[in-house]
Amino acid sequence: MSYSQSWLTRPFTERSTQIFLGVLFLAVMVVSVLHLVMPEGSALYVSSYTVTLLGKYLCYALLAVAVDLVWGYLGILSLGHGAFFALGGYAMGMYLMRQIGDRGVYGDPTLPDFMVFLNWDSLPWYWHGFDMAWFAFIMVLLAPGLLALVFGFLAFRSRVTGVYLSIITQALTFALMLAFFRNEMGFGGNNGLTDFKDILGFDLRTDAARLGLFIATGIALAVGYVICRAIVTSKLGRVSVACRDAEARTRFLGYRVERVQLFVFVVSAMLAGVAGALYVPQVGIINPSEFSPLFSIEIVVWVALGGRATLYGAVIGAIIVNYAKTVFTGIMPDAWLFALGALFVLVTVFLPKGIAGLLPGLKKKTDDESEAPTSGKEATA
Amino acid sequence: MSIMSELTHRDRVFDFLTPTASPVDVRHGPILYLEDVTVSFDGFRAINNLNLTIDDGELRCIIGPNGAGKTTMMDIITGKTRPDVGSVWFGSRHNLLTMNEPDIASLGIGRKFQKPTVFEALTVFENLELAMATDKRVLPTLTARLTGEAKARIDEVLTTIGLTDLRHREAGILSHGQKQWLEIGMLLMQKPRLLLVDEPVAGMTEQEMERTAELLTSLAGKQSVVVVEHDMGFVRSIARTVTVLHQGSVLAEGSMDDVSNDPKVIEVYLGEGA
Amino acid sequence: MSIIRSLKQLLIVCLLSLPVLGHAQANDEQAQSLLTQLADASYAQKGKIAGEIARSGDERARGWLEAFSAGKLAKVEDSGKFVIVLSNRGRNWTVQDALTGDDLGEISRRDLDTIRVNNSLRSEIDGILSVIDLTVNDADKRLEAARGLRGNVDEAMAKKLTELMASEEDADVKATLDEALAIYKVEEQGDIGAVKTLSGSLNSEARAALNSATYSDDPALKQAAQDALASIETKLKWNRAAETLYFGLSLGSVLVLAAIGLAITFGVMGVINMAHGELIMLGAYTTWGMQQMLPGQPGLALILSIPAGFLVSALAGVAIERSVIQFLKGRPLETLLATFGISLVLQQLVRTVISPLNRTVVTPDWMSGSIMVNEALSLTLNRLYIIGFALVVFVGLMLIMRKTRLGLEVRAVTQNRAMARSMGIKATKVDIMTFALGSGVAGLAGVALSQITNVGPNLGQNYIIDSFMVVVFGGVGNLWGTLVAGLSLGTINQLLEPWAGAVLAKILVLVFIILFIQKRPRGLFPQKGRAAEG
Repeated sequence: MSYSQSWLTRPFTERSTQIFLGVLFLAVMVVSVLHLVMPEGSALYVSSYTVTLLGKYLCYALLAVAVDLVWGYLGILSLGHGAFFALGGYAMGMYLMRQIGDRGVYGDPTLPDFMVFLNWDSLPWYWHGFDMAWFAFIMVLLAPGLLALVFGFLAFRSRVTGVYLSIITQALTFALMLAFFRNEMGFGGNNGLTDFKDILGFDLRTDAARLGLFIATGIALAVGYVICRAIVTSKLGRVSVACRDAEARTRFLGYRVERVQLFVFVVSAMLAGVAGALYVPQVGIINPSEFSPLFSIEIVVWVALGGRATLYGAVIGAIIVNYAKTVFTGIMPDAWLFALGALFVLVTVFLPKGIAGLLPGLKKKTDDESEAPTSGKEATA
Repeated sequence: MSIMSELTHRDRVFDFLTPTASPVDVRHGPILYLEDVTVSFDGFRAINNLNLTIDDGELRCIIGPNGAGKTTMMDIITGKTRPDVGSVWFGSRHNLLTMNEPDIASLGIGRKFQKPTVFEALTVFENLELAMATDKRVLPTLTARLTGEAKARIDEVLTTIGLTDLRHREAGILSHGQKQWLEIGMLLMQKPRLLLVDEPVAGMTEQEMERTAELLTSLAGKQSVVVVEHDMGFVRSIARTVTVLHQGSVLAEGSMDDVSNDPKVIEVYLGEGA
Repeated sequence: MSIIRSLKQLLIVCLLSLPVLGHAQANDEQAQSLLTQLADASYAQKGKIAGEIARSGDERARGWLEAFSAGKLAKVEDSGKFVIVLSNRGRNWTVQDALTGDDLGEISRRDLDTIRVNNSLRSEIDGILSVIDLTVNDADKRLEAARGLRGNVDEAMAKKLTELMASEEDADVKATLDEALAIYKVEEQGDIGAVKTLSGSLNSEARAALNSATYSDDPALKQAAQDALASIETKLKWNRAAETLYFGLSLGSVLVLAAIGLAITFGVMGVINMAHGELIMLGAYTTWGMQQMLPGQPGLALILSIPAGFLVSALAGVAIERSVIQFLKGRPLETLLATFGISLVLQQLVRTVISPLNRTVVTPDWMSGSIMVNEALSLTLNRLYIIGFALVVFVGLMLIMRKTRLGLEVRAVTQNRAMARSMGIKATKVDIMTFALGSGVAGLAGVALSQITNVGPNLGQNYIIDSFMVVVFGGVGNLWGTLVAGLSLGTINQLLEPWAGAVLAKILVLVFIILFIQKRPRGLFPQKGRAAEG
């Protein structure tokens, strides 16, 4: 890492980012190759079920990176990031619903099934445009981004921070959950959006589409990770840490703390939205349960387990916890909540730095590199 | 990469986002006026009808017993606390009561806290880098690259505060005195017109104190400095004009000798000691 | 319709011309013959015969008519005996001799001929019975009967009622009879004086009568009826407002109860206990457990649950404090996460050990029912008790914080821990006591909640966000703030509900609080001064 390099290229010079991207690339490659090349009966064959499951983990990993960006580096414990994830998911879900066209149960060319069922005769205004992929993909970023912008603007301007902010983010996602449960909202109520058929013309049920989504998620995670790394290694990243540790001091240095917070918060919300958008076509449904406060707080524990303020720790935490969840709910579903609850307690009490704290080698490396800021030569380049 | 940096610098067209930073008007002499300022917390008057004027380039020491309102006064000047009544002007152009902390900071008022506050998770070098007077809006900060000139400036300050060897250590590991120095260094990076220094020598050794005194006196003239301090020896060593605060208002003002012979001041200090 | 109506009138006239009922002992033969007639008559005649039965002065008449109305009066086919069916389940029905009252055991339903009844007969019989009731000694029963007469009075009956009114001593019964008569007079005679009598009435029959009078050709009557209706409408509005306020206050007290423990642990100690909801849940389950241990005595169990619920939750709170929270001092966000983990474990524990399904907690008799303020407003007793309970808990906590040594020490420790310790206060002990107090109060909330909501593993979850909202809205560290915030949020919610619906009302309240916190980050009653500057 060097202070004089451009902010966008800086992450690529870091050892930790190189390792992360390398491992991610290898993992995605190996899974894809094993899925495509190995015969179905082989021990090394990766089924398309597994591919989709791994894709889901990668979505969660991106979501965890987004949460770590605001919690680890900005000190804002958001208990409502599930809301941004869900909004991105709903934007994607709306696109997928419109793609169904007249293949629904009721065969209506424009109205999704649940609207026909509710005797609606026309599409609500906010559903227009979602038949176009580009519009939907913009909304994937815009919907969570706007919510974060408005909410963050109000909250940070009033200097609502710490526990207060956590509690009202939780109230925010709770209120949204209640709202999306209502049929009148026009998002399918309790059942949400489901029965998707295809995405960008590819049938979602085919192996190729599933693999494609998996690879796309891998790429999104890589890009999201690099963006976050670029932010945290920039001067803005250092200002974020300054806001986290001594907000008043930062203000007296002339930084607009509330704007720094708002910027990072909105970026994080958009990343969460992208994660949600990639999640929905892979699991095939989006419903209001993604807004539940429990889900949002679970994300935080992934990050806590992996290690705050490392980003790669968030990825490790998300994958470990969700793998454990898959295993547990398969063998002994009742025990899962015990395990999750115990995880919350054990991590916060005994492992405050998370798993990343147990990997001093990697952490040290990145610090060593920052030891030697490059001379003025590069600055003029 | 040059195209990239062109694009990312486009944000600079949003001029309306920055406060109009007109220069400080000190043609009338004083750089800071406080007039009839009163502030109370739950009925307790921390500042009571305070009047204070600091001249441009002056080095002023403010003393007073605990609870005299010294820290609250600094809070008011830097925009952290709003007074109930009164007016606070920076030069004759800027009404500080209408501005927030970052605006006041970018106007050129720097502050060192009573308890040294540095960014402990960042290195000494990074602490100074963040303090540097530069464009502090969000996007410029995101795309900022350290220029050779800026680096030279940081090196210069590092030498001044004697922390060159520790430049890449986290500020959290510094001793109390070193943190005080780092914070003064951050003030220097800000190139402020007015420095507010709250108890700069608390926890310092004799030599460190001497160097601090040297530094502060060398600043006076170019910049205005307001020092709040308890250590009378230190105040005597640097002070030209001393203001004594008591119960939120000015009790006495003058040279150190005048003030220390003032019967009212003696009563306040002895009364407290008795 | 008109045949039945005239028949009904006839019947009531006959009835009212009777001397006082029930004293003469009619012989069984007469009764047997009347009942036989009743069994054989057509629907149209049955009403008349029922009137005759009532007129017979037989003490048993009431029982027969009630059984008849319920379709439980039957004739045994071969013997011709009349019986009252006690149980009509299965093939053999348990019956009782209608005349002697003897238990006849079970008789096959094939041997029984039930005397048929229809709805218009039923309402006729109700009318007959209510006039019988107007002469009983119990004033409450007379009042009930008089209420039933409103809108059912006719010319002949009106006379009788006027007589009865003259001898009536109870003021309420008298007023109700007056009202019943006035309704008749407005409807049938267009009496303007009677309109005035009705102008304050909240009875729906009275309003119907006035409403029809507004279509009258007589302009004076029309005007008077309209005025009377307008004054009733105003009165109803006030009653509705009072009802909304009552619901608001009762919801508010629930919020206060749920939040006040949090106001102590979060507000005073600064500990974010996300398991607070589960401590409430434990209190509710304690009530359920108590009732299981004391079957048949739900009231006693409930009263015993108050100390027991406090104790259980307080002990659980202390366990949480000692095992987790004390290690996370000064790290509020970590405390939040760890206690959230505890809440998950507690929920799952209840699901595994007790049941994932809701448990039923019995409401004791003295808490069920309602107080009728007037005909448009009745206050349910259980909610009234909860409002009272919330106030008692609040006042109790206030006294503990203000007047006791513990309260003093708590305030000292929270304001300056180091100083308090140096003055000999055992800060750790104070922490434990405070946390126990806050948790115990959560248990009390659970005991109260068990009376109005389902007791299940999710009970706590449903209240935790609301509780935090109340504390934050009221201003952290301020018990008064919690009281005002809880009551006002409850009331706002109830005010919004009629036009927004329950879910939207809740959303609006949440959005309101979120916006409010932006405007006043320290709540309604912020702490001021240097100490508050974090």
